[in-house]
Amino acid sequence: MTPSNAQLLWMYQTMVEIRDYEETMAKVYLEGKLPPNVQKGLAFDIGAGPVPGEMHLAAGQEPVAVGVCAHLRIDDTVVGAHRPHHFAIAKGVPLNEMTAEMFGKDTGLGRGKGGHMHLFDPAHKFSCSGIVGASMPPACGAALAAKKRGTDAVAVAFFGEGATNQGAFHESMNLAALWKLPVIFVCEDNKYAISVEKSVSTSIEWNSDRAVAYGMPGIGVAENDAVAVFKAAATAVARARSGAGPTLIEVKTDRYLGHFQGDPETYRPKGETATLRKNDPIPRLGAQLRELGLLDDDADKALRKAARDRVAAAYDFARKSPYPKPEDALLHVFI
Amino acid sequence: MTRKLTMAQAVSEAIAQEMSRDPEVFVMGEDVGKYGGIFSATSGLLDKFGKDRIMDTPISETAFIGAGIGAAADGMRPIVELMFVDFFGVCMDMIYNHMAKNIYMAGGNIRLPMVLMAGIGGGYNDAAQHSQCLYATFAHMPGMKVVVPSNAYDAKGLMMQAIRDDNPVVFLFHKGIMGLSWMSYFEGSTNEVPEAPYTIPFGEARIVREGADVTIVTLSQMVQKAVLAAEELAAAGISVEIVDLRTVVPLDKDTILRSVRKTGRLLIADEDYLSYGLSGEIAAVIAENLDSVALKAPIRRLAVPDVPIPFSRPLEQFVIPQVSAIVAAARALVAAPQPAISLEETHA
Ligand SMILES: Cc1ncc(C[n+]2csc(CCOP(=O)(O)OP(=O)(O)O)c2C)c(N)n1
Ligand SMILES: [Mg+2]
Repeated sequence: MTPSNAQLLWMYQTMVEIRDYEETMAKVYLEGKLPPNVQKGLAFDIGAGPVPGEMHLAAGQEPVAVGVCAHLRIDDTVVGAHRPHHFAIAKGVPLNEMTAEMFGKDTGLGRGKGGHMHLFDPAHKFSCSGIVGASMPPACGAALAAKKRGTDAVAVAFFGEGATNQGAFHESMNLAALWKLPVIFVCEDNKYAISVEKSVSTSIEWNSDRAVAYGMPGIGVAENDAVAVFKAAATAVARARSGAGPTLIEVKTDRYLGHFQGDPETYRPKGETATLRKNDPIPRLGAQLRELGLLDDDADKALRKAARDRVAAAYDFARKSPYPKPEDALLHVFI
Repeated sequence: MTRKLTMAQAVSEAIAQEMSRDPEVFVMGEDVGKYGGIFSATSGLLDKFGKDRIMDTPISETAFIGAGIGAAADGMRPIVELMFVDFFGVCMDMIYNHMAKNIYMAGGNIRLPMVLMAGIGGGYNDAAQHSQCLYATFAHMPGMKVVVPSNAYDAKGLMMQAIRDDNPVVFLFHKGIMGLSWMSYFEGSTNEVPEAPYTIPFGEARIVREGADVTIVTLSQMVQKAVLAAEELAAAGISVEIVDLRTVVPLDKDTILRSVRKTGRLLIADEDYLSYGLSGEIAAVIAENLDSVALKAPIRRLAVPDVPIPFSRPLEQFVIPQVSAIVAAARALVAAPQPAISLEETHA
C-alpha cells in the first residue's frame, strides 16, 4: 500500500514538527546547565535549568514514528520507551501538555510528576516508560483488551534495538503470537544502545529475523524512510486489524544527537553524525512531494512556519505554566 | 601517597587494583567499557584490562547478573554493574532468589564472591524510575551484604573489601556524590584517598563528627547533607554527632547505641522510602534497647514520605530530605519537652 497524497503531506509535516520540537528542546534543555552558572568544576549540570533530568531526543528517527502512526486511529494504543517524543507527537498527544510535563509544571500531562520518559495521555492512548523493554508487555495488554472486546483497535510497541535482548521482548513476542494479539512490535535500530553498538550486543544483524522463532512475520526496513516504513506498517496494521495476529518490524534509523543530551559521544566515530545527516529523511520526503506536485517553496515555508509556531507556542505554554505546590507530591499515589 | 579522588575515581581505582592482583576478577555491565560506566565507576578500566575483562553486555540484566552468579559459583570474582538500582525490577529473581539464597540453600557449601554495584539516589530530577535508593529492599532480604559509601576514601576500602568477600555484596553508590562533571555533587564526598590498597571491614559505622546533643544516623549522600546541617546547627549552639553507617548489612548497632546513649536524641536521615525500611529498623534497634538508652525526646525520622520520586523540581525537593529539613528536625528534637519518666526513675 502506497500512501495517499494526504498521508504523504501529513508525514512530511509531522516530521518537520517533530524535528523542530526536538531541536528546540536541545536548546532549551541547555538553559541554566552550563558554566559559569553551575557548580565550579562542572562542565554541565543535569539537574539545573527549566527542563532538568535526562533528555533523550529522537532527531533523525522521525520516519519510524510517522510511517507507523499514519495508520493509527485515536482508539489505537501506542506504547513508547525512554525516547518518546516523536511517537507522542505522531500519535496526536497535545504539545502544550506534553511540554509542560517536561518542565515539571502543573498543567503537564502528569501534573509534573512523570517527566519526559513518563508521558501518559489516556485520551490519545499513549504512554511510555524509562525501563528498557517495558513497552511490549503493556502493548500486548492493550491488544488483548481490544480482542476481548471485539473491536478492531490495534496496539503498537515501539522500542530500540537495545531492548530486543531483554526477556520482556521475547516473552511478549511469544505471548502475542500465541494469542494472535493485534499488536505491532516496532524496533528502531539506531545502531546504538547508549555507547554499545548493536554488533556488540546482538547475535544477529536483523532483529526482524527473530520473528520466525515465534511464528509471526518479521519485516526489515533497510532505509530510514517514511514511505518505506509506511508500507511495512500498512501490512502489519492490516494484519493486526483483521485478527491475524502480530508482526515485528525493524527499521534501520539514525540517531543524530547523543543518547541523552550532554552525552560526550566519545564512542562514536568522528564525523559519524555529519554523514548520517546527509541522508536526512525530511528533505528527502520533501523532494518526493515536490516531484508529485504536492509541495512548492511557498507551501514548504508556510508549513514549516506553522510547525515552528505550534512548537514555540507549546514551549511558551510550558514556561508560563505554574509549578505544582510542593505538597502536591503527596497526592496521586492512589486515586 | 595520598591525593584527593572523587568517589567514582576511588571505586574504579579499587576495581583496577583488585583486577591487577587477582586474574579472577572481571567486570560486566551495560556501558562499562568505552563509556567507562554511566556514573564513571569503571572509568579507564577498558584501556587497562581490555574487553575480555571489562565486558559490555547486552541490555539483558537477568542473563548477565545470572551469569555473574554462575561465574562466582565457579570461583571467579565478577563485579556486575546494574546501571541504576531502579532496574532491579527486570532481574530481581536472579538477585534475591539465587544470588542471595544459594549459599544458604547449599548449606554453606558454595561460595559466591560476587559484587553487584549500582547507582542510587535522586536530587537531579530523573523521576520515579531512576531516582530511588532501595538499599533497604536488598537489606530486607537475607543473603546480601549491602554497602552504601558516602565518600571516596570509604568507597575504595569498602569496594576492595567487597571484591575479596566470598559472599554476594550489593555496592550502592549515590550518583550525587560520585563527583561527576555533569551533575552537581556534595564536595565533602571527594576526599583524600591513599594510593596503596586497603580494606574497610563491613559492619563498622564511622563517627563523622562528634557531638553531645543529637545523634544523626545516616548514610550515603545524606551524610554530606548532615555535615552541612551540623555546621549550621553548631552555629546555633546545637552539637550534633553524625554516624555514617557505611554498610546496612551488616549493621553496626553498637555504634548507633553508643552514640544515642550519649546524646539521648536520635534523628535518622534517610533517602529511601519511609515505611518498612531503614529508618524503622534503626528506630527498632533503639526501641529494643530502651532499658539502656535514655531518650530525651521521641525518635525522629526523615525519609521519602512513601511516594514515588516525582519529576518536577519543587516536588522532588519536597520529598527528598534536604539540609534544611535536617536542621529543622534536629532543632525540633532539642526543643522537645523532656519525657516525664526518665530511665533512672524507671529503674529506681
Ligand atoms: C532495564 C533497563 N536497563 C537499562 C536501562 C538504561 N538504558 C536506558 S536507555 C538504554 C539504551 C537503550 O537502547 P535502545 O533500546 O537501542 O534505544 P535508544 O536509546 O537507542 O533509542 C539503556 C541501557 C534502562 N533504562 N532500563
Ligand atoms: Mg538504539
